[in-house]
Amino acid sequence: MKVVLKGGRIVDPSQGMDAVSDILIEDGKVSRIGKNIPPSKAESEKIIDLRGMVVAPGLVDMHVHLREPGFEYKETIRTGSEAAVAGGFTSIACMANTNPVNDNRSVTEFILKQARLGAVAHVFPVAALSRGQAGETLTEFGDLKSAGAVAFSDDGNPVVDSGTMRHALEYACSLDMPVLSHCEDRGLSSSGLMHEGFVSTELGLPGIPAVAEDIMVLRDIALARFTGTRVHIAHVSTAGAVQAVRDAKAAGVQVTAETAPHYFTLTDEALRGFSTNCKMYPPLRGAEDVEAIKEGLRDGTIDAIASDHAPHSSVEKDVEFAYAANGIIGLETSLSLSLKLVLDGILTLPQLIEKMSTNPARILRISKGSLGPGCDADITVIDIDKAWTVDAGTFCSKSRNCPFDGWDLIGKAVMTIVGGEVRYTDTGMPV
Amino acid sequence: MKLSSKDMLGIQDLPREEIDLILDTAASFREISERTIKKVPALRGKTVITLFFEASTRTRTSFEIAAKRLSADTINISASTSSVVKGETLIDTARNLESMNPDIIVIRHSAAGAAQILAGLLKQSIINAGDGAHEHPTQALLDMLTIREKKGRIEGLTVAIVGDIAHSRVARSNIYGLVKMGANVVICGPAMMIPRDIERMGVTVCYSMGDAIRNADVVMMLRMQLERQEKNLFPSLREYAQQFSLNRDNIRLAKEDVIVMHPGPVNRGVEIAPDIADGPSSVILEQVANGVAVRMALLYLLSGGTQ
Repeated sequence: MKVVLKGGRIVDPSQGMDAVSDILIEDGKVSRIGKNIPPSKAESEKIIDLRGMVVAPGLVDMHVHLREPGFEYKETIRTGSEAAVAGGFTSIACMANTNPVNDNRSVTEFILKQARLGAVAHVFPVAALSRGQAGETLTEFGDLKSAGAVAFSDDGNPVVDSGTMRHALEYACSLDMPVLSHCEDRGLSSSGLMHEGFVSTELGLPGIPAVAEDIMVLRDIALARFTGTRVHIAHVSTAGAVQAVRDAKAAGVQVTAETAPHYFTLTDEALRGFSTNCKMYPPLRGAEDVEAIKEGLRDGTIDAIASDHAPHSSVEKDVEFAYAANGIIGLETSLSLSLKLVLDGILTLPQLIEKMSTNPARILRISKGSLGPGCDADITVIDIDKAWTVDAGTFCSKSRNCPFDGWDLIGKAVMTIVGGEVRYTDTGMPV
Repeated sequence: MKLSSKDMLGIQDLPREEIDLILDTAASFREISERTIKKVPALRGKTVITLFFEASTRTRTSFEIAAKRLSADTINISASTSSVVKGETLIDTARNLESMNPDIIVIRHSAAGAAQILAGLLKQSIINAGDGAHEHPTQALLDMLTIREKKGRIEGLTVAIVGDIAHSRVARSNIYGLVKMGANVVICGPAMMIPRDIERMGVTVCYSMGDAIRNADVVMMLRMQLERQEKNLFPSLREYAQQFSLNRDNIRLAKEDVIVMHPGPVNRGVEIAPDIADGPSSVILEQVANGVAVRMALLYLLSGGTQ
């Protein structure tokens, strides 16, 4: 089976490529890229006209919650993967805070089995760093790696004990596995419900100070520096965390960082009205934090954009603000919200693709994020001019907890190809 | 003139003219409570539900008396007797009550924003009787009525609000109201109970009682909310009383005709010395009396009444 993608603007940061060209896909792999690949005589060859479209290596979301096993009413591996391809993502890494927690081989194998049976995107399990995500005993890193886990993280919980974190970094690094750190000093944050600032003061909601994040980022950087290991900081939301990562990188510490679209799109002002769809951890921060996140993306301090897709049902969200669960879905809005950075001149399009595909693949050490010859034909086709209106009611995700419902956005994934197979097309796109 | 919103959720979005309207209406209603037959037919045939998810004596009773003096039918629901104990959500409770077609629902809830949820969902008028540490608008209105009555004005007065500002909905609603009405508002309390960036609400912050009450026209002492304190927030009640109580020594710093206010319930000997609470400057019980008048005015105005 051959597929030729004709005439798209190919943006592949892994090869430093930004040019109008054709892509030949054979047997699910990228065979070659070239101008005017001639049609062959083969009957089975399919030609897709992508003139005017951007063709990128399949996007990688390194931070999603798929809720299976345990919370299938919020999302399953199948529906989460459907949301992924609808948002242009061909690979997703799912966090371990399921029930049971993904802290042993059998859960990792279960996730991979469910993915094989029903997922339409590649699913990469992130295993828990500690048993039960309790922050005490390390999980069996070696066994989990061999079962297919790609990283370790207690995401949702910080690793409070610095000794445990040190050992996790040391052991994971010896296995060439990344540690993804959820940075939160619970002593400062545990009673809080939103970013601590003028808005929390006016609303009378207990605050989560930015310094609760900054302190843990600084600690993890100190540990990575001391042990000579690598650490990845998940969902950076504060100016202080951006500066800490920037300084650490300048000093040669092996630290990488991701942020989520809501942290450069919304501020704590969105909490006025007490919308539970604006409640997440870390919380939406102040305007100066949002500016710092954008600057961190621009200057390369922040390596990746990940959605932190966190589905919750109305049972968890249609309640008083204080009782609502943390988290918002993001797979189906992440790319469009991020394309705004290109429109606003903060990133070039290749830089954006780098942060949404090449870099997350590199951080997770998975062979994705490239359209090089022989790579899996995971491809995202983007119409960067397409105007559309977010309608959460039509999302593939099982959940609807989206603060961007009704927003008018520009730019969208219009076709998502996974392993050479077209797994998603926007209405009107030829298949 | 009428109120512009169907609900009374807070003072933050209440225009100054509507505050005046409510206070003027309340002032005219006060004599009803002094009659032998304390009842007028203004709300006959209307149903008022008070839905209290938090303990309250004063506010709930005040609303009930206010409604009854206007001839409304009143039903009181408290969390311990509602289906909340069976796990029903706030939204389901509210929708069920709505089906019984009341006219006004008064809600108190420990979660900020709870009244707003109901207001967005139901066609009935919702009155916020306190939502978490967010707002307690009728308390601020009755406080403003009391100040206006005692001082003849609010504009230009110096009002000190002292105590745990961070956890106080009374403080927030009063700050919104008093700043809007042109008072100089000084807030004071232990540093860990002063929320971040509160200066941007238009107040002056100080950390000692002396600075706070010097030349004050009004001193409003807040209840030290023992039930709300996080661990390690403040060393001890003894320390609190030493540093932040209003007593016969420091009250001398205020203006001679200062009035002393407290939203109740009073922790005698903690935030206020008993002789000050009972002394000639205290208007604490007048606040309570004005509470009935303000709530009558609000029920009346929200039911479509005009002045």
